[in-house]
Amino acid sequence: MWFLGFVILLIKLAAVLGALVLLAVYLVWIERRLLAKFETRLGPNRAGWHGALQPFADGVKILLKEDLIPEGADRFIFMMAPAVVATSALLLFVVVPFGEGFTLWGRRVPMLFTDLNVGLLYVVAISTVAVYGVVLAGWSSNSLYSLLGGIRGAAQMISYELSLGLSLAPVVMMAGSFSLVDIVDAQAAYPFILVQPVGFLIFLVSTMAEAHRLPFDIPEAENELMGGYHTEYSGMRFGLFFVGEYVNMLVLGSLAAVFFLGGWRGPLLPGVVWFVLKVLIVPFLLIWSRAALPRPRYDQLMAFGWKCLIPVALVNIIATGGLMLLFG
Amino acid sequence: MTRNKPNIWKYSLSAVKGIYDAYAVSMINFLRKPVTEEYPEYKRPLPERSRGRIILTRDPDGDERCVACYLCSAVCPTSCISMESAEREEDGRRFAIWFRINFARCIYCGQCEEACPTLAIQLTPDYEFCQYEVLDFVYEKEDLLVDHGGRHPDYNFYRHAGVTEKGDKGAHPDEEEPVNLKSNMP
Ligand code: SF4
Ligand code: SF4
Repeated sequence: MWFLGFVILLIKLAAVLGALVLLAVYLVWIERRLLAKFETRLGPNRAGWHGALQPFADGVKILLKEDLIPEGADRFIFMMAPAVVATSALLLFVVVPFGEGFTLWGRRVPMLFTDLNVGLLYVVAISTVAVYGVVLAGWSSNSLYSLLGGIRGAAQMISYELSLGLSLAPVVMMAGSFSLVDIVDAQAAYPFILVQPVGFLIFLVSTMAEAHRLPFDIPEAENELMGGYHTEYSGMRFGLFFVGEYVNMLVLGSLAAVFFLGGWRGPLLPGVVWFVLKVLIVPFLLIWSRAALPRPRYDQLMAFGWKCLIPVALVNIIATGGLMLLFG
Repeated sequence: MTRNKPNIWKYSLSAVKGIYDAYAVSMINFLRKPVTEEYPEYKRPLPERSRGRIILTRDPDGDERCVACYLCSAVCPTSCISMESAEREEDGRRFAIWFRINFARCIYCGQCEEACPTLAIQLTPDYEFCQYEVLDFVYEKEDLLVDHGGRHPDYNFYRHAGVTEKGDKGAHPDEEEPVNLKSNMP
């Protein structure tokens, strides 16, 4: 019966990949509509019902564009870099439990791909790989703007990776496990956001920096760098960066859901629905921030990361440990 | 270092307040009704004097106002007006045999309307005359000429200018009676 398990795995993979990419593509439309609402505009509402076909129109447009490779670019790296961004975002989802699991033909079908016992470390490790996409894209484009964007991206993502990891340490301490399934199970009584509000805030800010979204979109700062590391990209390769960025938003949203909001747990509705709802909270906050906040200067960004977020995260870890010793 | 150190607490507080205000303001805007006007469904009524498609008007008697003086053509910054003048057989009145405006070049500045002594050329609020072919933007006299007076329905250049082509001396609006040379009464 190994065969059946294989088929189920394939179906699951296809379904989740499809759902993730579709949701990411729709997130572009949702973002444009929401951003417009924040600016008392309407946003794209022409293609289809309230503009619901806009992602497909954009997709067709972007597919028909010429795929330019600038002169002097390192062709192979230039062509591979978008794939690194998109793949690392998708790979993160492997360890995320997105539902309760059910029984099919006498087999237990868990709603996740693999329950790594070091799942959280895997998440932190893979999300760092995305830096390579940004750096290599900036380096291989043979353009000053791209290079500056790539360097900024590297510095920013490495610094904020640190506070991201540190903000998750208290979660591990409270759950007593690195496995994402165990972390969700540990939140059966209450979600960790109630006891770790500071951790959640640090996680959220680091998330913005990780996804290099405004106000932390220093690597692609349109006003100064024309688009940063993806200045030279066109056509579907640019589309891949774009989809990667939005998949990244979703994955970071699902991580927030798993680590702080109780994962798929929730009353009444089935687990998957709760999970999707919780996943969408972080993208909404990211879009809201994009509408609200200006972009900080590069040195301010680094100063904030190293002198504010990381010390606060460390204090948070110590405080959590102390309280757990006292009461636990 | 003699520089004053900023008060860290005041500094942080103002930072937090700034961020909070930004989020609050954008949320207030989020809940407001969008101000966008959706164009093909809703067409904003334009003011009467807005500058759009150009017309050539007629005077109250139904004659063409344009006297083919070339003033509009001379003043036009994009040189998009051209015409050829002629005189009418019966009374020698000048008119344009052909009159052409290339709307693909017109910038709707309204200079031609300012320059025109007879109020013949006028800009109208109509702006919806897009074409797919650039040559379709070349409007001939038949396309430009309308049979009304535009914004100045009562104006007749020849009467106001006191030219005797129509009516006798003293018959024009705002004209004084001709001086009677045979009388010395004031
Ligand atoms: S509006 Fe300006 S550009 Fe257009 S025809 Fe008149 S003078 Fe020329
Ligand atoms: S439209 Fe007016 S300015 Fe132009 S030629 Fe005719 S009378 Fe002269």
